[in-house]
Amino acid sequence: MAPKRIRSIKFELLSPREIRKMSVAKIITPDTYDDDGYPIDMGLMDQRLGVIDPGLRCKTCGGKIGECPGHFGHVELVAPVIHVGYAKLIGKLLNATCRNCGRILLPDKKRDEIVEEIERRRETGGDIEDLVKEVFAISSKTKECPHCGEQRVDIKFEKPTFYYENEHRLTPIDIRERLEKIPDEDLKAFGMDPASARPEWMVLTVLPVPPVNTRPSITLESGQRSEDDLTHKLVDIIRINQRFQENKEAGAPQLIIEDLWELLQYHVTTYLDNEVSGVPPARHRSGRPLKTLSQRLKGKEGRFRGSLSGKRVNFSARTVISPDPNLSIGEVGVPKAIAEELTVPMYVSRYNLEEARKFILRTEHPKANYVIRPDGRRVKVTENNAEEVTEKLEPGWVVERQLMDGDVVLFNRQPSLHRMSIMAHEVRVLPYKTFRLNPAVCPPYNADFDGDEMNLHVPQSLEAQAEAKILMSVQEHILSPRFGGPIIGGIHDHISGLYLLTKGDNRFTKEEVMEIIKPLDVKKLPKPAYEIDGVKYWTGKQIFSLILPEGLNMTFKAEICRNCDVCKETECDIDAYVVIKNGVLEHGTVDEKAIGAFKGLVIDQIVRQYGTAAAKEFLDNTTRLAIRAIMHMGFSFGIDDEDIPPEAVRQIDEVMEEAKNEVANLVMAFKKGELDPLPGRTIEETLELRIMQSLGRARDRAGKIAGNYLGLNNSAVIMAISGARGSMLNLTQMAGCVGQQSVRGERIKRGYSGRSLTHFKRGELGAEARGFVRSSYKKGLNPLEFFFHAVGGREGLVDTAVRTSQSGYLQRRLINALQDLKIEYDGTVRDTKGAVVQFRYGDDGVDPSKSYRGKAIDVKRIVEEVLSGG
Amino acid sequence: MKIKLQEHILVPKHEILSKEEAEKVLTVLNIKKHQLPKIRKEDPIAKEIGAKVGDVIKITRNSLTAKEAVVYRVVVE
Ligand SMILES: [Mg+2]
Ligand SMILES: [Zn+2]
Ligand SMILES: [Zn+2]
Ligand SMILES: [Zn+2]
Repeated sequence: MAPKRIRSIKFELLSPREIRKMSVAKIITPDTYDDDGYPIDMGLMDQRLGVIDPGLRCKTCGGKIGECPGHFGHVELVAPVIHVGYAKLIGKLLNATCRNCGRILLPDKKRDEIVEEIERRRETGGDIEDLVKEVFAISSKTKECPHCGEQRVDIKFEKPTFYYENEHRLTPIDIRERLEKIPDEDLKAFGMDPASARPEWMVLTVLPVPPVNTRPSITLESGQRSEDDLTHKLVDIIRINQRFQENKEAGAPQLIIEDLWELLQYHVTTYLDNEVSGVPPARHRSGRPLKTLSQRLKGKEGRFRGSLSGKRVNFSARTVISPDPNLSIGEVGVPKAIAEELTVPMYVSRYNLEEARKFILRTEHPKANYVIRPDGRRVKVTENNAEEVTEKLEPGWVVERQLMDGDVVLFNRQPSLHRMSIMAHEVRVLPYKTFRLNPAVCPPYNADFDGDEMNLHVPQSLEAQAEAKILMSVQEHILSPRFGGPIIGGIHDHISGLYLLTKGDNRFTKEEVMEIIKPLDVKKLPKPAYEIDGVKYWTGKQIFSLILPEGLNMTFKAEICRNCDVCKETECDIDAYVVIKNGVLEHGTVDEKAIGAFKGLVIDQIVRQYGTAAAKEFLDNTTRLAIRAIMHMGFSFGIDDEDIPPEAVRQIDEVMEEAKNEVANLVMAFKKGELDPLPGRTIEETLELRIMQSLGRARDRAGKIAGNYLGLNNSAVIMAISGARGSMLNLTQMAGCVGQQSVRGERIKRGYSGRSLTHFKRGELGAEARGFVRSSYKKGLNPLEFFFHAVGGREGLVDTAVRTSQSGYLQRRLINALQDLKIEYDGTVRDTKGAVVQFRYGDDGVDPSKSYRGKAIDVKRIVEEVLSGG
Repeated sequence: MKIKLQEHILVPKHEILSKEEAEKVLTVLNIKKHQLPKIRKEDPIAKEIGAKVGDVIKITRNSLTAKEAVVYRVVVE
């Protein structure tokens, strides 16, 4: 069945006549209940307005709670008041029409032309907004009424609901009279439909009272009734209305009448919208602003975004996450306390009747929490009624059993920016209070363990469980549709661990091998690579090969490769040329390029060649092996790992001295006017550029020196070059020199006039004066350097804050625009109307998650396969 | 001076399909004319090639992913 389409939606104003017609009760007293707690007739809780108490019936329709839709009542206002929502439009209408005859301030001919144009545009589905705006603009500029000759007087609208004509305040009665005079034909020129929206209806003379089920009262534990905010506000309105009436009848002085009128206006305004600028919000006794009509609809928590586009759900849990490399990537560790609360429905049939009974009779963890009888009644299972329930249990009942190992659940981390933000995991019930996950699945969720929380949802039908398992399992998302490579893979210690294990020619005795591979399911060891004095030794490469699938053939350059001019391939000095033959790592080092998330070529190849299940197993083994290896070999980092010898310090000092002189020379040349400008640059720009260049070069040289003296066995260096964590730049800044701080890509020049700080001369251009930090983090920054560092650092913080809010909004708009598009079986992309958006998805019809890093075919790989006889 | 849009390197090739060709495109895609993307008859390129309302235009453009991509548009008011 084709979905039904909404062709258009029309909004109309309620006329006083309609309000009275739909009303079932005239409300006159502000009281709600009498002393016996009985709703007062013609009060705000009048029983004709509907029911909220279970057991009672509606006095209007006779329906019970849930059957009665609720019915409107009404309040007759003693004097008219402006509806805030239309205050601005009223102002515009008053200015565009004659104060005497009420006609639009345009000649009839012009008006007819406009009405015709508006009707034409409406038929073709065009936009009339700009035209209407124009009509208001022209008619508000007319000096004299073309119909009766009256001079136009400008009416000043003052927020929220005041109108002045020559300093004279217009009352809502005046305004209503003027609006009444505007003829129907003229209204059409303002884009209004007189049948559904007469302007005088924007000035309220009668107020609808919403049914009680829109503003239900709650009974507190003390037995006291607590009324809804809307009811409170309506009480205010009716109370003032009543006082107004009494004063008017008693012939009170004009001043008092005006005050009461204004008060009535205030209450009606805040009833409609309690966040109008210029109006103090109405507050609860506790000081909390009241949530009135507009607040119910507006914003993220409002009716549209909060209750209709998205809502709260059952069968879900949320807690802090923490890592557990011993779990499979497809599992999630669920705290026992949560597993005891969440349930999975078992639809009882004659096949699972006995199993269901066992759950009901159990007294601890995987037990039944509730049973649902065929009539829909829910019965809580307790120790007392378990026996009884078991006996009554028969096919057709549903048993809600606690979550247990192997159940399929959806696991999610916000912000859910891509489809891998919600994946299906298998439950493992564990002690303690956090959700546990394998750190290899952190990249798709973009999670870390500094306090992140995640949500978990339990699918409630077999269809949903099957669908989740087949389409949403973690293993089905190893390859990302974003770039056609793995998004799940080794991080941090996984990479360091395998780097340490496989680099060069590490040898391990049988005991050591056993210790490292303990968590793996290995049946047989290969032949030892070495046997010296009767002791057998296995290499790290042999150990890693144990988890590679048989028949895997690959050749690639590792992350640590230095891109030598002539690659020595298998003879590489730093063991960066990886060769895997028939599932055996023959040469090279395993690092980020092999098993890392985003880059891992081995993962990529295993998914394509052996499928997702094999890849999952490989990743599970990888994480276990890597953690064992890094623990066996030992890996740590401390502050003294940033120490460099005095010789290095001397060399860095030299480099810095040189750079300082260079900058001084540049500044001198600039001042003498001897600096040659670079093409397309001013001399000032040229100077800045050259200074940045030479200081940048100096920092790089300092970094090189530091890096060389730290050596390849330094933990930070290992992490940087293997791609586990950090970069050589981080190291440079720790051990060498922090370098130039910048704001908007320029050296820091803001602050005081002509100088960044008062410690410098005006116009000083040297390195220190413009934010060059010569110290390293290890050595420590001097106060001036520290200040510049904070200046540069703040830009980064502001940037991220601004970017996240902007990209969040962009994402929302994109998703709203694209959510209903679908790739059909013929390869076209279509919307729900079946209209074609793309004739072939992405022009080439390639599924990016099945592509080879974005390319449809990987020619190099195919050639390799053919040559190796694959 | 009037320039010819079609001669500009950034303007992809536009051609009007014959009745039979247009019919074939619609049959292959199993759609009605109104489900095609649209182009206004006042569009400069539509005017240049003399397209009338109801005509189906074949546009052949360069594509980063597929080298060459063909799309169709129906001319509307
Ligand atoms: Mg975090
Ligand atoms: Zn009712
Ligand atoms: Zn007039
Ligand atoms: Zn090499």
